[in-house]
Amino acid sequence: MSAWFDKIYETFIETGYYNLMIEGLYNTIKITLGALVIGVLLGTLIAVTKYFSEDVPVLKPLAKVLDIYVTAIRGIPVVVLLLVFYYVIMTSSEGVVVGVITFGINSSAYMAELIRSGINAVDPGQMEAGRSLGMSKAQAMAKIVLPQAVKYILPAIGNEFVALLKETSVAGYVAVVDLTRAGNLVRNNTFDAINPLFTIAITYLIMTVGLTRILAAVERRLAKSDKG
Amino acid sequence: MIKVEGLKKRFQDLEVLKGIDIEINKGDVMCIIGPSGSGKSTFLRCLNMLEKPTGGKIYFEGDDLTDKKTDLNLHRQKMGMVFQQFNLFPHMTVMDNLTCAPVMLKKMTKEEAETRAMELLKRVGLEDKAYTYPNKLSGGQKQRVAIVRALAMGPDVMLFDEPTSALDPEMVGEVLEVMRELAEAGMTMVVVTHEMGFAREVSNRVIFLDEGMILEEGTPEQVFDHPQNERLRSFLSKVL
Repeated sequence: MSAWFDKIYETFIETGYYNLMIEGLYNTIKITLGALVIGVLLGTLIAVTKYFSEDVPVLKPLAKVLDIYVTAIRGIPVVVLLLVFYYVIMTSSEGVVVGVITFGINSSAYMAELIRSGINAVDPGQMEAGRSLGMSKAQAMAKIVLPQAVKYILPAIGNEFVALLKETSVAGYVAVVDLTRAGNLVRNNTFDAINPLFTIAITYLIMTVGLTRILAAVERRLAKSDKG
Repeated sequence: MIKVEGLKKRFQDLEVLKGIDIEINKGDVMCIIGPSGSGKSTFLRCLNMLEKPTGGKIYFEGDDLTDKKTDLNLHRQKMGMVFQQFNLFPHMTVMDNLTCAPVMLKKMTKEEAETRAMELLKRVGLEDKAYTYPNKLSGGQKQRVAIVRALAMGPDVMLFDEPTSALDPEMVGEVLEVMRELAEAGMTMVVVTHEMGFAREVSNRVIFLDEGMILEEGTPEQVFDHPQNERLRSFLSKVL
């Protein structure tokens, strides 16, 4: 047992690599949260634009473009997107920024579909009631439809959040030291494979399980307020 | 107040309204009766453009609502609508249901809107429900809230789309009572209904709509006691 602790000490502390691991964890969290925000905002924008395009002819071509965007993003592996963004589109940006943008854009395509189905799940009579009171379509969407859609969307967004967190583990393909890359670097430099790899595996597990628990609690909260 | 000229509505191959001409005057309480599928609800929904007509014109207080340049949102503020399925906002309290539109559309401040909402709720006997959510209300209470939600905007006309059809029988009376009081207070009302008793007692004009056309129009006495049209007679013999 103490030999094992010695080994851990040797791998992380003596070498100072614990700093690298912490930096990796920090970057993973930054990329995940940043991408989540971009994904939700962009996804909502796409879903709402598509919803409005149904009876605003001017938006029809835009909706077509968005359809292509969603299909393209969903059909391209995220690693390929990451490489394209890092080596072609955003060559002068920092790795973490490229990561946030790439995973955000990738996530937005999935979010758009989730949010659209959430909007569609709200009774059309709600929009009509808002309109009949004189609200514009945008006002009724913001005040009446979207707040109700959130209830349908939230569980799916939670799943997407967890998936996103795990997906960012490929960020190391470009010059980003995320948690996975950090662990792998430590393995490479110390010739200790077990401890760095188990450490990152357990860290991911703790984060995903924790997230799932928190989201389940939020859902229960929402369900409760729904009953009055 | 509302003038309809040659109103037509077509859903794909189905022509639901085949040219309706009618004028609704201030203070009118007009009931629209007819068999299901006759186009009653579609006609009513065209009046505030929830359904876009495929032909004809609708004038409201002098403005043509079918004209693309007309600001529909502004006109809808003056046309209250009550739906068969209530369509209360489930994520808001009764109070917020009543105040959200007037406040958002800058018709009044939050305080004014709340004072007004409370008055309206008192009028329909629901002041103790102001801070509950719609899912705690019975169907009849929901529909009464829906009526005062529309009234909170201070409309010039109220449109009712089968307001009692989704209610349990014992709750129909309380909603009709509110509508009767509204009519007696002089509100202009257009009511699509299957409640023949209400149409006879409360309205001053009754329209019989069938297959997308107005087949008969007159006072309740004319329509119910001396129907001229054959189809109206057969309709009345089934429902009365």
